[in-house]
Amino acid sequence: MSTPSYTDIAVNGLWKNNPALVQLLGLCPLLAVTSSVVNALGLAVATTFVLVTSNTTVSLIRSVVPDTVRLPVFVMIIAAAVTGTELLMQAYAYELYQILGIFLPLITTNCVILGRADGFARKQPVLPALSDGLLMGLGFGAVLLVLGALREALGTGRLFADMDLLFGAGAAAWEVVLVQDYQAFLLAILPPGAFIFTGLLIAIKHLIDARIERRRAALRAAPASGSKRVRVTGTIS
Amino acid sequence: MKLLRVSSPHAHGPNSTQRVMQQVLLASLPGVFVLTVFFGFGTLVNILWAAVVALACESLALWLRKRPLGFYLGDCSALVTALLLGIALPPYAPWWLIAIGVASAILMAKHLYGGLGYNPFNPAMVGYVVLLISFPVQMTSWAPPRGLTENVPGLLDALRACFLPGQFDAITMATPLDVLRQNSGLMMDDLWAQAPQFGRWAGIGWEWANLAFLAGGLWLLYRRIFTWHAPVAFLASLALMAALFYDGGSSASGGSPLFHLLSGATMLGAFFIITDPVSSAVSVRGRLVFGALIGILVYLIRAWGNYPDAVAFAVLIANLCAPFIDHYTQPRTYGHRPPAREDA
Repeated sequence: MSTPSYTDIAVNGLWKNNPALVQLLGLCPLLAVTSSVVNALGLAVATTFVLVTSNTTVSLIRSVVPDTVRLPVFVMIIAAAVTGTELLMQAYAYELYQILGIFLPLITTNCVILGRADGFARKQPVLPALSDGLLMGLGFGAVLLVLGALREALGTGRLFADMDLLFGAGAAAWEVVLVQDYQAFLLAILPPGAFIFTGLLIAIKHLIDARIERRRAALRAAPASGSKRVRVTGTIS
Repeated sequence: MKLLRVSSPHAHGPNSTQRVMQQVLLASLPGVFVLTVFFGFGTLVNILWAAVVALACESLALWLRKRPLGFYLGDCSALVTALLLGIALPPYAPWWLIAIGVASAILMAKHLYGGLGYNPFNPAMVGYVVLLISFPVQMTSWAPPRGLTENVPGLLDALRACFLPGQFDAITMATPLDVLRQNSGLMMDDLWAQAPQFGRWAGIGWEWANLAFLAGGLWLLYRRIFTWHAPVAFLASLALMAALFYDGGSSASGGSPLFHLLSGATMLGAFFIITDPVSSAVSVRGRLVFGALIGILVYLIRAWGNYPDAVAFAVLIANLCAPFIDHYTQPRTYGHRPPAREDA
């Protein structure tokens, strides 16, 4: 497997192969904790950290691990990274740690992380693996943040509430009240809201992709024929 | 002499979607009239505003989906959705509440699934449930009936309540179903004497509204808009459940069968909601099962649930089961053996 360029890695992680919008991996935490920006940011940071750590470690030991036992080894590495993250959050953002609750340890079972370890990091040198982890994490985190912001704004009429849980007491003033005396729209905060908004985001992504594709087709004189197959897990060569 | 050469079928029904929907609209008139007499003009304003929003949402969705506007607007199905939602919502609801409900019914429950005929859930009930879980306070405040309040709001007051919700002090009162659920330490006769909401058989106003919807439903049945199976199964199973759990006098048990038949949205549900041809089961035996399931669920949610009425939730749950029910109640084709299931 040839090593993809860093541009490819970035485009894949952030847009073309976005873990949340295209691969549809890690939906459980995505749907469960994105009821506000601060929750989403906390989970995004934790997931990105785990992704970077596990991808780097897996890439480092890639020549030592036999193929037959690779999955248990990867899961152990991921679990160790998650435990570390959990302890860090417990130390520095205890309230957020309590709010995120079971979804922090559950990062271990997040398919994005095992998917990147098995599909990318175990065949790639350290630096590409690290950047892939980082960009996949950023792509996932960006969707988490957008979803969290949408649901918080629609559900409570405010944005960036309780940011002091993550950034210390000074951040308590970051709260923006969008609408005075807003009538809470509970559906946006409840699980159905998460499903509806995720669906909308995916639809918007498809819309933008179709736009781009149409513009490209217009630019091209003769449409090149090629495979229409959608690749779900990274670049395979 | 002119000989028309037409191919079969020679007998054809006069029922187009448009005609069916128009008759449903017509049949709801007595019920709406009784609701207006007892609770004031709130319900009427609800329905009219809901109809405006429904037509706007329907047009928007059709335009986005590049469908012919006139044809689909003409089938009146959006109006029926608006009517059902307008009746189900508490009178004097603010305009934004109704708008959100109708928009989620038409855009989300109907057009996201592919429009009329493709929706697995009853759109009006989806709209109602969206509102109920999002705005429990507004959705559980029902106006007191005529006789229990000095002044039943007129048309102007109703309009003001809807469009200028800040300037209108709505008077609200617990519905009979709520009163019964909140009190479990009384005898039924004492409860009837204490709470002013109760009338002859059920709640003041409610009993007559239910009877009026029953009358409208019977007319629809006579016009053969739907078959009797689902409504009868629903009413029978609800009455049976009530009879099983009713101990004859204490308010800890769920109320008499007659009380349940004439309370809340029972008759509206039986004849106007569960008979929706799209989202209900289609085979004859399937409709019996479908109706009976809703009856059981309505009683369970009314007796042990925490919501003002149960018809919306029961209908949605039964909608989920409808394909499953149809699968197991497939009728035998005449002259053939029962269908062998290869997938079983």
